[in-house]
This record gives sequence, structure tokens and C-alpha cells, in this order.
Amino acid sequence: MTADKPTSDPDTSATAEFSALDRPGHGGLPSAPSEDLRNQLPGLEAERRLTDWGRSQRIESLVDRTLYGFLYHYWFRVEVEGVENIPGAGGALLLANRAGLAPSDGAMIAKAVRDEHPRRRTVHLATERSFKRVPGLGMLVTKVGGVLAHPANLHRLMFDEREIVLAFPEGARGARKPLKERYRLRSFDARFVNAAAQAHVPIVPLAVLGAEESLPVVGRLGPLNRLPISPGLPLPAKFRIRFLEPIPADVKPSAEEIRALIQENLLEMVGARRSVWLG
Amino acid sequence: MDSKRILITNLSSWWGGRLAQVIERDPNVETIIGIDSQDPKHALDRTEFVRVAADSTVLRRIISAAAIDTIIDTRMVSDPLLASPGEARRVNVADTRSVLEACAGESVRKLVFKSSAHIYGSSAEDPAFFSEEMALESVSGGLRQDLVKAERLVAEFSAHNRDVAVTVLRFADPLVGEPGSSHLMLLGLPVVPAVLGFDPRLQFVHDEDVVGAFTYVVRHPLPGTFNVAADGVLALSEVVSLLGKPLLPVLPPWGFTFAVAQLRRLGLRVPVEMVRQLRHGRGLENRRLKASGYRYRYTTRETVLQLRAHQRLRPLLRSGDGAYRYDRELEEFLRRSPSVRSGSGGAERVDPDGDEPTEAELLEVISSLDATGLEQLREHELANQRRRHVLDALEHNLARKQDPGALN
Repeated sequence: MTADKPTSDPDTSATAEFSALDRPGHGGLPSAPSEDLRNQLPGLEAERRLTDWGRSQRIESLVDRTLYGFLYHYWFRVEVEGVENIPGAGGALLLANRAGLAPSDGAMIAKAVRDEHPRRRTVHLATERSFKRVPGLGMLVTKVGGVLAHPANLHRLMFDEREIVLAFPEGARGARKPLKERYRLRSFDARFVNAAAQAHVPIVPLAVLGAEESLPVVGRLGPLNRLPISPGLPLPAKFRIRFLEPIPADVKPSAEEIRALIQENLLEMVGARRSVWLG
Repeated sequence: MDSKRILITNLSSWWGGRLAQVIERDPNVETIIGIDSQDPKHALDRTEFVRVAADSTVLRRIISAAAIDTIIDTRMVSDPLLASPGEARRVNVADTRSVLEACAGESVRKLVFKSSAHIYGSSAEDPAFFSEEMALESVSGGLRQDLVKAERLVAEFSAHNRDVAVTVLRFADPLVGEPGSSHLMLLGLPVVPAVLGFDPRLQFVHDEDVVGAFTYVVRHPLPGTFNVAADGVLALSEVVSLLGKPLLPVLPPWGFTFAVAQLRRLGLRVPVEMVRQLRHGRGLENRRLKASGYRYRYTTRETVLQLRAHQRLRPLLRSGDGAYRYDRELEEFLRRSPSVRSGSGGAERVDPDGDEPTEAELLEVISSLDATGLEQLREHELANQRRRHVLDALEHNLARKQDPGALN
């Protein structure tokens, strides 16, 4: 699922040739310290309604008021714990368990942070590349704040722009797992944890309960058993989002440690739940 | 090291000519020589023009005879509409090789090489902002492959000639400049077509910043590769609404490549690069050049607004580009003849008759222009005819634009 091909393609010998141009002993630019680059971000143009990422204020707030508002308050009846664990300023990486096929959990988490956090912070959703090829959907995802999970994008958002990125490190494997394996986390993609370490930002793990029942995978189709079968519309399961203690940037946790932490909290939440639909 | 003796390739291109005009004004530069296989299209004061092709033997002779220390290579074809694929390949790969051969082992200490952001391609897996070290995927065919090959040659040259400081500038698409480039064609249409379901992010660069970046790297020691693109990445829908035109998403998202192939069979060339950009667009990381001290004068949005002013003014100002015609005898006379008084020498801008709009025509259109357009028209008027009524009307409208309510 990853999209880091363009950068890490070391098999071409050309990479070495090209970097010869930028060698330090050439009397030239010492590769600019990243702090310097951070100060060179483009200024905001007040007349514009789109960000450089293609995010559109207008469309986002429209979707937020209508579809997301309905899902959040009436359909999933989202309950949030520990939103104050998200830092009030500076970059951060939110890592969540991925469940169900529709990106409804991502939207609900983003809305929870925007509505419930004292600073009303914006969340950028790291998406898989499969979205971008799809006409219409790819465009819409970009407009409401989806960003391709490319390492360069993650770094720019978290380090340079000091923004919050939400990622699902289980990836597509998490979205496709069958109902009977719900709340059993697949292995975590270490890229996101590495990106956070590189950007030197804290990681806020979070556990989402309810998403796996709202759009469950009940079976599979196709020659390779690849096509998941699922109800067409999300079912009104009760959502509960728990933001865990932030892990400071200096700790440098492994992906596996974070997975275990989220898993532990999920099991506890599942145990405490009385009903899938009423919470 | 200061650049005092400069050679510009492709002098007759829009960029080559503009660049020479700017460098001429620098008194520290002793000599400017421009080569091209066609006559220059810009009026030049002291740039010496040699009409030769980019051939390494000829170039080497010029370089050693004039003790050239800096070469600005503006030759690269970076727009698929400006040359046929075969022509582009010849210029971008074969000619690059000859120019580099000519530079090696001579007096040259600095090489500024014009490349293009097309080297990054355009696809769904792209990062939102390409930075300089991301260009090296092996690609097959098209303009992008030519650019990759050319830059590889330059990198090899740099590795073998460590005493030459090599700067590669990768330019975003300029919006004003060489007429006939693909973005100008697309955005010049009365209704701009788009691919259904895609709103690509586009980034441009202002022509002044193109020339500005060239002169900046000539004056400062900045070896390495730099993206040159204005601040701000705009969605196509945003660009088109800034231009005040309707956007029509009529191109089908599927089967478009097939349709393009059919069009090509009919003799209509729709470049592959353009098709890709209409889907996925491209954003560039421009902070490296900024960190080295260069300040962009225009953002992408301002560049688009300037294009709008141009599009509205073009029917009025038919002069401009075609006004100057190179005449070797005349240039020789103006530069060398003892009869020419200093100060009046050099090529003088001759205003063609008849093409200037009349006063009544101008007054009619002034009220519908925006601030950028007004300022451009004022500069044009000041430089040429200085008609008082026109200038008054311009001033009046400008004041009102800048401070609405003051005059009402």
C-alpha cells in the first residue's frame, strides 16, 4: 500500500551520479539545515480558499455540517475520551486501529479532534494511494483533508507545518479483515512511526470501538478471495474513541509497542461494552 | 568567482533573449555572447550574437577565443508542444552532450543548466511537493526521459570537472513567455476543459522569476539542483476561476489515453505530459532556492492573475513580441561605427505603426480592467505614446481600485 517508491529507489546507479551534484566538497550549498527550510514555507494568501495541499475550506465545512455532523451525533453517537492528550500546538501523529471498509472512522476521529479539542485542531488524514486513481473520490478525499501517505508528505505536515496527521498503520490488511477477527490488530506498518521519529513529534495512539461492527466484512468473493462482502451502508454501531497518553518524541517507541498498547485498550473497551449498538 | 564573460545558448528563445537583456544591465559583466541557429527576437544592446548551431567544435572555439567563464544553457525544450518529440530529443540529449563537451577543459568555471519540473513526471503516487532529490526513477519515452538523460549527462560532467560549478534549475511551467506552450494553449481557450472527477494541483512560475532565478545563480555560487516554482499550489478549478473562465469537466476519466491516440492519428497532437497533468497535477518544493537567499517576486496566484491581464490586453496590444526584427547590418553599424554617438547606440526599440490602439479604444476598455492590467497598460503607455487622456483615465481607475470609496 505504501507510496514511498519515488524516493527510495536505490537500484538505479543514477542516484549516486545525481547526488554528485550536491556533494558538500563542491564549495556549494551545505545541504540546508531543515530548520532553515522550515522558515521558508510559503505565506498564506487570504484570498485563497484552498490550501497548497488542495484542501478546500468550503467543501470541508459543507461536508462537516451535513454528512459528518449527522453521522457523528446521531448515527454513531461518538463518545470521546482523553482528547486533551493531543498537544495543543506543534506536530503530532495519531495512530489508530483500522476497521471496516468505509473511511468513516477517519472522518469521525478528525471531527472529534476538531470539535472537542480545546484548540480545535485540524487533522490531516494519511490515505492510501488507491484513492487517488478513482475519479471523483480521490478529488473529494483531497478536498476534505486527505493526504497521500508519502514519507515526504508526512514529514512536511508534521515537521514543517507542525500539523496533526492521522494514520492507520494496519493499512489495507486492517480494513479487509473478517468480522470474526475484529479488534485483533494486524501488524503495524513501521513507516509512520519512523516518520514521527524523523519529524521529532509525539505519537498519540488511539483506540476506536464500534467501527468494526459498523461496516463489517462478512465474507469474500472472487478468484483470490479478494473482494470483501459488506453491507452497503454503515450500521449504526456506537462509536467510542479513546485517545491514549502521548508518547514523547524522545522515547522512540517501536511500532509493535504501540500496537500492543492500542490492542490492550481495545480489549478493555470491548470488555466494558454492554451492547454493540447502544454502547 | 564572479561571472564576467558569459555565453548564453539559445539566445533567440524567449528566455534567452530576456535573460540577455537583464544581464546586459550589469556593469560587472564584460562580455555577453549569445548563440542560436535563428535570429534573436529581442532588442539587445551589447550582447554579441553568433549564428551557429550547438556544435561542440564551434562552441569550443568561441569559448576559448572569448575566454568565457560562465555558460548559461537555456536550450532545453521543456514543453511538449514547442517541438516535435524527435526535435526535442535532439536538442535535449544530443545538443546537451555537445555543449558539455565544449565546456570541458576550457576556461569555463560555471555552468547554469535549464531543466524542467517535467522531470518529476505526474502520477497518482506522487508526493504533494517534489523536492530536488526525487527525480531519478528510470522512465521510458517522452520528454521526461530526455530530461532525465540530459541531467544525467550534466551530473557526469560535474563529476569529471570538479572545477566547474554546475547549477541545474528545474523550472515549473511558466505562464507567460514562449507563445504556444501547452499551458498557455489550454488556459487560453475560452472554456477550459478538465477531466471529470479530477482537480489537479498546478504550480507555475512567473517569467520575471525565471529570469530572476537565472541571474541570481549567475551572481551567487550555488552549485546543485534547485526547483524554481512560485509559492502556492493552485487547483485547476481555482486557476480557471481566477482567469474568469468557465471550467468544463468534459474529458472522460477513462479511455482518455485511447481518445488521445485517436486524435494523434488525425494529426492533432495532445501531449501525454499534459494529459497526465490534467489528472494528477504536480506540486514542487521550492524552499531550497529560497533558503539560499532568493526571493520570489510573485506567487502562483499572482502569476495567474498576470496571465489574466495579458489575456485581456492582448487584443489591444498587438505590438510587443513581433516588434523587433534582427538585422545584422544595422546591429553592426550601431555597435561598431564611429559615427554612432555613445548613449544613442545599441538597438533602439522601434514601435511599429498602426498596431497601437487608438485613444478611444483604450478609454473604452480601461474601466473593465483590474489593478494589474491597469498598471501594465500604464507602463506600456508611459513607455510609448504618453497620451494624456489615457494616462489620466488610468490613474483615476487605479486610484479607485486601490482605495475603493475614496473617489465615490
